[in-house]
Amino acid sequence: MSIESTIRNHLEEVARECNSDLAPLTDDLLLTKSGLDSLGWAIVVTRLEEALGVDPFAELEQSHFPTTLGDFVRIYEDAAT
Amino acid sequence: MNAGVALRDLAGGSCLGGGLAALAGRSVLVAAHDQLRTALALIELDGIARRLVLCTPDFPLEYLPGVVATAEIDAAISDRPEVRNAIVGVDTWIEPSTSVVPGAVARGPARPTEWILFTSGTMGAPKMVVHTLATLAGAIRPGSELARPAVWCTFYDIRRFGGLQIFLRALLGDGSLVLSTPDEPSDDFLARVRSCGVTHITGTPSHWRRALLSPAAREIAPAYARLSGEIADQGILDSLRAAYPRAKIAHAFASTEAGVAFEVDDGRAGFPATLLAPQDGPVQLKMHDGSLRIRSPRAALRYLGEHAEPLADADGFIDTGDMLELRGDRYHFVGRRGGIINVGGLKIHPEEVEAVINRHPRVRFSLVKARKNPLTGAIVVADVVLTQEPGDAESVAAKEALKREILAACRSTLPLHKVPASIHIVPSLRLTAAGKVARSDA
Repeated sequence: MSIESTIRNHLEEVARECNSDLAPLTDDLLLTKSGLDSLGWAIVVTRLEEALGVDPFAELEQSHFPTTLGDFVRIYEDAAT
Repeated sequence: MNAGVALRDLAGGSCLGGGLAALAGRSVLVAAHDQLRTALALIELDGIARRLVLCTPDFPLEYLPGVVATAEIDAAISDRPEVRNAIVGVDTWIEPSTSVVPGAVARGPARPTEWILFTSGTMGAPKMVVHTLATLAGAIRPGSELARPAVWCTFYDIRRFGGLQIFLRALLGDGSLVLSTPDEPSDDFLARVRSCGVTHITGTPSHWRRALLSPAAREIAPAYARLSGEIADQGILDSLRAAYPRAKIAHAFASTEAGVAFEVDDGRAGFPATLLAPQDGPVQLKMHDGSLRIRSPRAALRYLGEHAEPLADADGFIDTGDMLELRGDRYHFVGRRGGIINVGGLKIHPEEVEAVINRHPRVRFSLVKARKNPLTGAIVVADVVLTQEPGDAESVAAKEALKREILAACRSTLPLHKVPASIHIVPSLRLTAAGKVARSDA
């Protein structure tokens, strides 16, 4: 499964658990408009670390945090290589 | 090896090789290698020494010189060379033994000996509290209500407050005591419990959880199972009720500072709200700033030390640091004041989440921890130990299913920020020397 698919699956799972309505998952979706709040994203990041073995946020400066879904997927793809 | 000493033999002699008379009126450090020698020294010293300082087995040696100074120690009962090497200025050293040398021991009028105990769970130098036999034994009802003498046993080391209580109960209640050691495997310990005919067992909820993981736990039949030292959640109370249907199950609130405050034996976690109303008895409870406060004649008298902070407030109430929450007609313990995890500004007590996880029938033990998270500061994750089922080889799929069930149970009971972001199934959880689950951040 590609990293992008893994991320999508986890987003959908967490949204279900949090009873959140996930916006359509496009590359340019703003994370703040995704339907998941910061707690939801924190859960996703935790689960992705276990699934993919990487936590790109651990070393990331706040100013470099991804703003879109596309950015989010890319930092994981970069970290996994 | 089952070593033992009969109290009637000790009444007519001494284990201290003739050194007891020299200890009259002095401040004595008790630092014996094992619990049996410690027990014998305590029995002999009370009423003779001015003060006895009960050293725990894992006491950090670098703090001993400070202890000697603060407690004005001028004698020691010890068979531990590393203790002797760690301190200066103590010129009387007596080796404890388990052999009673018969002979009259001159005992003058009894002194009210101060029992100095160390508090656990503090950072830096452990604090010392002053107790006496009166405060320590205050909760023990005189005389035995039982048809036959009790055989007591504890998972605790008797050099800690919880274990010391059981030692005193056995002694004053005309019973016997079976000691335990921390390195002894649960199976061996429980086999000894069975062969010694133990009737009364106490320990922390974590001690009990660990014991219940052993098949040997089903081979014993105690009349009385007692829990203290940690929050006794409904999960462990139900597990013990199921394991020992004919036993009386009680959980006690006690600490080294506050003494033994009260006991609950209705099978439910927490305690009735009516206990916080003014009571007739000697122990008064109140809640202030969210935590339980206790005023009790069984509490320690004070902290030892020139610059020691006051133990109680102006009205004599001690802050236990244990946070309470009222649910209906009952107060529940939700955690320690200092143990709060902050998730995006929302506060969580790990114990509160553990209590929910522990109610799942396949969960034996759980530990909730904070894990650093850049988005919320911290997030909550959980380690879980499953119950042992015969012929167990949990498939990955079965484990995933269990995790989902546990998370679903959490979501149906707790607000979202308190639900663990992830669950790890682990083979065991580490306990501290005091028998409590060891907490540290993920």
